[in-house]
Order: sequence, then C-alpha cells, then structure tokens
Amino acid sequence: MNIPMSWLKDYINIDCSIKEFEDRLTMSGSKVEKTEEVAKDIKGVVVGKILKIEQHEDAERLVVCQVDVGTEKLQIVTAAKNVFEGAVVIVSLVGAVLANNFKIKKGKLRGVASEGMFCSVEELGFKISDFPESDPEGIYIFKDEAEIGTCAKEALMLEETIVEFEITSNRADCLSVLGIARETSATFNIPFKKKEIVVKEGLKEKIEDIIKVTVESEYCNRYTARVIKNVEVKESPLWMRRRLVSAGIRPINNIVDITNYVLVEYGQPLHAFDLSKVDGREIIVKDSEKKEKLMCLDGIEREIPEKTIVIRDINKTLAVGGIIGLENSKVENNTVDILLECASFDGTNVRLSSKALALRTDSSGKFEKGLDREQNIEVINRATALIEELGKGKTAKGIVDVYKNKQKVSKVKFEYEKINKLLGTDIEESDMIAILKRLELEVVDGYVVMPSFRENLKIMEDIAEEVGRIYGYDNIPTVLLSSGSTMGIISKEAKVHKIIKSIMTSLGSYECKNYSFEGEGVFDKLNIIEDSSLRNAIKILNPLGKEFSIMRTTTLNGMLTSLSANYNKQVEKCNLFEMGKIYLPKQLPIEELPVERNILTIGMYGNGDFYTIKGMIESILEKLNIEDVKFVADKNITYLHLGRSAVCHINGERLCEVGEVHPTVLENYGIKSRAYVAEINVDLLVKYANLENKYKELPKYQNSTRDISITLKENIEVAEIENVIFEKGGKNLENIELFDVYQGEQVEKGYKSVAYKLSFRAKDRTLTEEEINSPMKKIIKNLEDKLEGTLRS
Amino acid sequence: MIEKKLEKIKNETILKIENSESIKQLEEIKVGILGKKGELTSILKSLGSLSNEERPKVGKIVNMTRGNLEKLLNNKREMLKEEALKNSLIEETIDVTMKGKAPKLGKVHPMTSVIDEINTIFLGMGYETADGPEIEKEYYNFNALNIEENHPARDEQDTFYLGNGFLLRTQTSPVQIRKMEEGKLPIKIISPGRVFRADEVDATHSPSFHQVEGLVIDENISMAYLKGTLEAFAKELLGEKTKVKFRPHHFPFTEPSAEMDVTCFVCNGVGCKVCKYEGWIELLGCGMVHPKVLEMSGIDSKKYSGFAFGMGLERLAMLKYEIKDLRLMYENNVNFLKQF
Repeated sequence: MNIPMSWLKDYINIDCSIKEFEDRLTMSGSKVEKTEEVAKDIKGVVVGKILKIEQHEDAERLVVCQVDVGTEKLQIVTAAKNVFEGAVVIVSLVGAVLANNFKIKKGKLRGVASEGMFCSVEELGFKISDFPESDPEGIYIFKDEAEIGTCAKEALMLEETIVEFEITSNRADCLSVLGIARETSATFNIPFKKKEIVVKEGLKEKIEDIIKVTVESEYCNRYTARVIKNVEVKESPLWMRRRLVSAGIRPINNIVDITNYVLVEYGQPLHAFDLSKVDGREIIVKDSEKKEKLMCLDGIEREIPEKTIVIRDINKTLAVGGIIGLENSKVENNTVDILLECASFDGTNVRLSSKALALRTDSSGKFEKGLDREQNIEVINRATALIEELGKGKTAKGIVDVYKNKQKVSKVKFEYEKINKLLGTDIEESDMIAILKRLELEVVDGYVVMPSFRENLKIMEDIAEEVGRIYGYDNIPTVLLSSGSTMGIISKEAKVHKIIKSIMTSLGSYECKNYSFEGEGVFDKLNIIEDSSLRNAIKILNPLGKEFSIMRTTTLNGMLTSLSANYNKQVEKCNLFEMGKIYLPKQLPIEELPVERNILTIGMYGNGDFYTIKGMIESILEKLNIEDVKFVADKNITYLHLGRSAVCHINGERLCEVGEVHPTVLENYGIKSRAYVAEINVDLLVKYANLENKYKELPKYQNSTRDISITLKENIEVAEIENVIFEKGGKNLENIELFDVYQGEQVEKGYKSVAYKLSFRAKDRTLTEEEINSPMKKIIKNLEDKLEGTLRS
Repeated sequence: MIEKKLEKIKNETILKIENSESIKQLEEIKVGILGKKGELTSILKSLGSLSNEERPKVGKIVNMTRGNLEKLLNNKREMLKEEALKNSLIEETIDVTMKGKAPKLGKVHPMTSVIDEINTIFLGMGYETADGPEIEKEYYNFNALNIEENHPARDEQDTFYLGNGFLLRTQTSPVQIRKMEEGKLPIKIISPGRVFRADEVDATHSPSFHQVEGLVIDENISMAYLKGTLEAFAKELLGEKTKVKFRPHHFPFTEPSAEMDVTCFVCNGVGCKVCKYEGWIELLGCGMVHPKVLEMSGIDSKKYSGFAFGMGLERLAMLKYEIKDLRLMYENNVNFLKQF
C-alpha cells in the first residue's frame, strides 16, 4: 500500500521527520517497507515560455529558441520536434540536476550557445504514462496553467514522499489513506481531521424516479447508488493525477479517476456506469446462473463462472460485482449521465470468483479482505461531491441504499486484569481505556465497543494486542522463563541420528540434501522393475512440474543426481550421505498417513570400493552396538551390479541394500566411473541401537594365535569358511582375522587361497598347547571335508 | 716406582679415552687396561711380590685408578652413545611441512549445523525436541491452527495437496497441535523440520525448506516471557551484543502476534549489504497462542496460556553464511558442502 504523505496530511497534522514516522508506525503495527522521496534530488528546473523559434543555421534537426524563464531570457538549442512559439515548457537551467544525477552545463550545439535544456518527464525520472497529457515523442508542454519562472517541480507537483506499508491481512481498514491517518492518530496521539462533505444535489429529479435497484444476491450486503447528470468527462486536474500516480494508479478520465481516488482514500471500491447504457433504467444484483462470455472494460473477453455476483440491467450484464465493469456500460468521453455505485460484496465470494476468473483487480483485492459496510454513504457522497466539483455534474436528489445484511456492532467484555496478565504488564485501567480511545475503541458499561471499521476485534486477546501495540511492545517487560518446570530431552531417535551423522562425517562423507519429491521417470532411470512396490508413490495433485510430481519411495535418485552433478563439475572423488525420508503409502490414493521412513543414503565414486562403503555401515553398526548383522549377496537388486550387491536383515526386517551401481543406471545418470550406494533403514537402527554400554572385564591371560592358510574353490564365500571356523573353534576361540586372499600363479585356476589368524583365549588360565591344537585340527578337517579345502603348508 | 708407573698408565689412558671416537675404540682401551691381560690387571697380579707394608698402600692406589678410569670410560661411552643416537635421528629427518595423512573429514549440511545449534540452545533452556509427519492432514496444518476453510493461506499456489484431505505440511506447527492433543502439560518443545510450499525454485525460493517452531504452554505464560525467551535465544545464537525488536504482526494462530527483528549480525546494526542498510534483520514470527487453537486441541484456555514462534532456517543460514543463492543448498556440490 503506497501512501503519498501530502495526501495523508489532508487528514492529520503530522510534522515529525519521515524517519520517526516510519519507525513509530512500524512499531505500532503498520510496517513501513520503504519510503521514496520522489524528485527530491531534481534541482534547477523552472517553467519557461518559448518566445521565438529559429532554424539552426548549421543543423537541420536543431532549432534555436528564445525562452522567457521569468528572471531572464535564455537562448536554448533543441532537437525537440513538438516545440512551438508560446509553448510553456520545463527548462533545466545551467547547473540543474536531473534524474540519475545528470547535470546541465552551458554548451554550444553546432556553434550556437545553449543556456539550458528543455525536458520531458522522463528526464525528471518519471514515466510518460504517469503524465497522460505528455507527448511521448517530445518534451513536456504544459496544458495546465503554470506561472512563468516558477519552479517546475512545484508547477507539476512532482515532489512527493511515498511511504509503502506492508499491511497484514487482518487490517483491511488500513489499506487506505484514511486508515493510515487513523493509525497515525492513534500512534502519535494527535487528532484526526475528518473532511466535511457537501453534496449539492442540484437536480430537481429524485433518484428513485430515474433508476430502480433490486438486490437478489445474498452476497451483496449493501448496495448504494447515486445519479449525476450532465457531467463533462475530461482529464482530471493535475493534483488528482499526481496523487493517483503516487498511489500507483494510472489516470484515465476525471470520472474514473475520482472513483479510484476515493478508493485510495477510503479503501472502498466504486464503479461508475454510463446511465444511458443501462436498459430499462433498472439495476438487478444477482448471482449468475450460467457461464457467460463477456467483454470486460479492459478490452479482454472473459468467461464469467456460475454463482458470481453480477450487476445487470433488464437485458444484459453490466459488471462483475466487486471485480470489474464491462465494456458495454463504461464511462467514455461522450458520457453525459452517470450511475455511481458503492456496494459491499461478500469477501469470500469475490475472492473465489476472482480466482476462478484469474483476475485480481484493485477492487477485488479490497473486497476480499472484508470492508466496513457502514461507510458506504460517506464514500458515495465524497465521490459525488468530487464529480460535482471536477466534472460539473448535477446530482439527483437522494441515494439508493439497499442494506440487506447489516453489520453487527462488535463488543468485547473489558477485562483489563486479564489483558495485563496476558501481556505481562501492569497498565492502569484508566491508561488502558485512554489507549483504546486513541484507537476509537470506546469502553461503555464494561464492554469495549468497536467502531464499524474494526469488526475484526472479537475476543479479549484481540483487545490485548491493540493495547499492547499502542502501549508499545518495547515497553512490555522482558522476563526469562525459569527452566525448572521442564527438562531438555533428546529422544533416542535424535541421538542415533546425530551419531550416524557424526560417524559419516568422520569417515570423510559430506551430508547432502535432496528434495522429497521427484518425477515418475526415476523408476525407469533406476532400472526398477515394473511391478516393484516402489512404484506405488503418492502423487501431488498440484505439482510444480512433472519432475516434482511424486513423493519419493527411494532416495537413490536424489543421491545419484547429486553424484552426477559433482561428476559433471569435474569433482574427482565424491563421498556423500543423506539423512532423509521416503514416503510409503499404505494404500493409493492415501486414506491414512503413510509410513515416513528415515533413510541413510550413502553414495560415492572415485574413492574406494564395495568394501569401503560396507565398512562405513559396519562402523555405524559397531557404534550403535548392533551385532550379528550379516551381509548376504543378492543378485536381484536391479539397480545394483549383480555380482557386487548385498542386503542385510535384522530380525527378519530388511536393514539395508548396498552395492556397486549397475552400469546401465550409471549411464542413465551420466557417471562414467564406478559408483557405490547404500540405502539403510535408520528407523531400524534406532530400534535396535543399544546406547547403554556395559564394561566387559579386560582379559587377564595372554591369548595364543595360530595362522591357517587354505586353498578352496573361488566361489566359496568367506562367510562359509568363517561359519565353519566358529562352529568348530570351541568356546576358547576368541577372534579371527582374515589377513590374505590370494589368486594367481601359486594357486590353481578357479581356486583361491585364504589366510586367517585365529586367536584363542580363556578367561581363567593360560591355554595349553593341546587346548589349541585340538580345535585347530577340527577346523582344518571340516574345512577340508565340507568346503573341499586343502591346507597350504 | 710402581706409583710412577701407575701415574703414567693413568695419564696415557685418560688421553686415549678423550681421543676415542667410537664405542669399539673405548672397548679396546678398556680391555687394554682393565682386561685379563690389561696393564692395571697385571700390576694387581704383581702386588704379591710387594712387602706387607707396601701392598695395601699400592693396592689402594691401583683400585682408585681403576675406579677413576672406569668412571671416565662410562661417561665417555654415554656421550658417544648419545651422539650416535643423535646422528641416526638426524639421518631420519623428514619434511614436516608436507601435508598430514589423517583421513579427510566430511561435513554436515549447513542446515544441519543451524538446526543443531538451535536445538542445543533450546535444550539448555529445558525444551524437548518434537517431530511429526511431513505428509499431514489438512486439519492439523490448517483448521487446528485457526486457518479457516476459505483462508487465502489454503490457496493451491501455496500448498501442495495430495487428495483426500492430505497435504504436504506448509509449516511445522502441526507438530505443536499433535503435542497439545497428547494433553501432557506443561509443554516446552521445539520442532525443526522440512516443510513445503508451492514456490518455483529461484535464488531465494525453494518448494522444500526447513523451519523450526517452538511452543510453550503453561499457567501464567505472558508475552513478557515470550520476549525474554526469544531475546535470550537471539543473543545465544547471534552473539551477546545482539539487540531485538518486537513489531506487531498478524498470524491466525496467535493473538497478540509479533515479528522479531534482530540487529544485523554482520554489521551489528550499523547498516550493510546483508541487512539492506537497515541495521535490522527479520528473524522470526511469534505470538501468544490463540485461545481457539488451545481449545481445539483440548487445552483449557482459561487456565493455560502459551506462546509460539517459528522461523525459516534457509534464510537464516543464507544470512549467517552469506550464501547468495538458495539453490546451492540442494545442488550438493562437494565444493560447497566443504565450506561448513
């Protein structure tokens, strides 16, 4: 909301600095976004009159003008084509400063001295459209009267301080000059001057003899109208045009400008119809029954949906209530008689219609927020009086006023102790009443009675906010809450998440974050089979695009996309992890909340292999004291290399999938390097993590170690060998360590040699040779029998 | 006679010891003097031929000389050993300016750092961290927060809908409602998490971002406590010198409502590019929980009151780390992630 300060000052005597004004209004709830001091830096521009024009002797495009600037006569050379003798123009004198700090110097143009320059409004920093009277091709030539020699900034009313407010949605009443004036009054505690409005009603005719108004729509709370005849449609005066432009509205003609002017002033939209276009001299306000294509006054044809409030005459639709008028009845230059409408339409209805039409206008924007219905008469009178003054019209006697849905007077019990308790203040009752009075909230018989423009105040807490903001939030004491009543708690889940992140970063992995939504194409890209349950993803009904249309059921696309992004940026090695959710619906379309599973995703390339990523998972399991997790080869994970992929389970629940990315998938993501990924169910880690470590006594007796090296078929997994070793190792076998796997010249083709160090220990004694040799023999025998191994000497 | 001979042996040996350059040479000297056939040993052996009077006298001198020489030999040996060690260490000299070999550390995402920092502050103030679903029911995201059916906040341009009354939460406030519904009072929670709004991706917008919200419900909670808590939080997060300012604002779920500005943490309020030369930065929205919200969640608004606050974390991280483009947060370039 842009408020020109000169306009505000019509209603309130405010003479503090602009900085103080901004600060205090911001702190009382009307936030100032920015302030623009228009034309402040323009200097040395005056009104001049061209006395004589002669052709420049050496330049066809230039003319030499003699100009009266009041104090003296100057010679100015110009290329402007629209100059003529007698034209009143803007002259920037030698030494003048124009927009963008452009300085005017004395100069010669093709040998002829020029003591200044004529200006267009653009050179003063304005848009041509801000001055419709301006010639877009040439310099500015005054049409309004201007005294020669006076400051051109004053003559054109260029200087203005425009304050932009951010008004919250509960304060529709502040979207107007009057609203801000009221807030200024309350904030500074200075009176607010209301204008006296006099409508002359110069016609003998009564309005009811001219027009009949029927309101059928339930959504039209109030409809008021006046008729003004014999108006002269023309350009509105400079002051009005300037103020409209400052408020961000383009001037059109005096009648339209007046409705817009009053809109800015009161926040209440008005609409003017050309009375001669209203058939049957009858206005009917109703809800549209069927869709209708109509030409709006902005020259665009739109389809008006059903159940929209429309203003009709006996034959046709004239306007879409509260949104836009139609071409068929708009005020044009030849309009003579006017029907002026000032209505109150239901905010929600206007909002929905405006949305359906995909058209938001100044008018609909105001109605949406809900307007004060009690001000219609004052508003229509203000506009009528302006039309009488500026358009020379004569007004018919009386006002049409169909007021179907009366606004209720809003009252709230005045409970000053409760207000103090909520704010944490100690404001005296009388002081609080005085604060409320500044806001025009009267305390009567123990109730706070709201003015009609504050019907949003409904409960004690609303009144507390009013008191608080005028008393000053800064003046509310600052008290620290004692932490005695509650304990800071970190859940097991949060702890486990933190541990995982800490391990991952200490292993050199960087945490990344990916979106929770992605495109349906990811499943094919990831080589995921047709009937995989992963494809049952929750769809977003209004996604930002195809790429963001489903809730992810796997985190791999995000991870591979991130790896790929790094690969494409020539990052040589990359090690990433993500902690994020997947969303698994219980049914589609969803009828209950889906499972949101926390997943740790690890991804890497250029740095390590399968065993590196597996080692990371093992580190996490170790830290969380989760034991007995076995990695089992799985050839059925279609996005992974079939010979280099594994799964883990805990108590029958799938904990993770890990492996080298399938070459086809790598190709789909444009990664020309082997890459490794793992998806780990963090919720299971949380479930099985044991964060309460117990100390195990340190061994008192020395351990004894034995090495064995055995040759067996290459397809036998070490897990099988280890099973045998542990099975036959007896209770004293403490630990084993695989220290070598060899395939090559020394070993027959198709075979491999593996070597283990076995460590034996008893709690209570040093073991004898026999106690070690006996299990060793069993182990070797079983490796030979069950796995067809041969002991290497 | 013997004394003279002894004196001579002693002086010659001392000289030899002093000039020796290795432990091996020292050993030879030792053997030459004190060994089985050494000069001193042979003098000792010859003591038998001396008279009973002379024997103890000379014996004493021999033993003293022997003691002295042994001591000298030992000292010299220690010295040579030390020198030899020193030389071997010098030979092993390495270039200490070469880079260390420890495995490279990874880093957590800047959002995680910010969330951790905030969690820690509130944990210290006695808050519990609460979590909730990201796919929510409309009721929890809107109705229960006093955002009525036709409120503009429900517009499709802001909210992602999933059908059947489900949506992607647009704020973490539903967590607060769920906590209130549990009915255990007092409540002091913060809920950080991912939220979603239908904003096209650009330098300052993302359809998915992070928020942290806080909620306190107890008897006699006033706005003074809200101010105290959030001021303490701001000082803890941004530095002791930070000043705060509460501006009246409007939210459907709080009344009274406010926005809190903090003095710019880059320029300390003087005015700079980061704060757009205003000296202040808008940090969070807050207010006293609307009685309707309390009642809808089954809390007696006559007995209990509370305050709530919430803030976007990407913006905070961007300001704090001076990140100019929000998209970097989700591109996951290692060279970006390395910096936090």
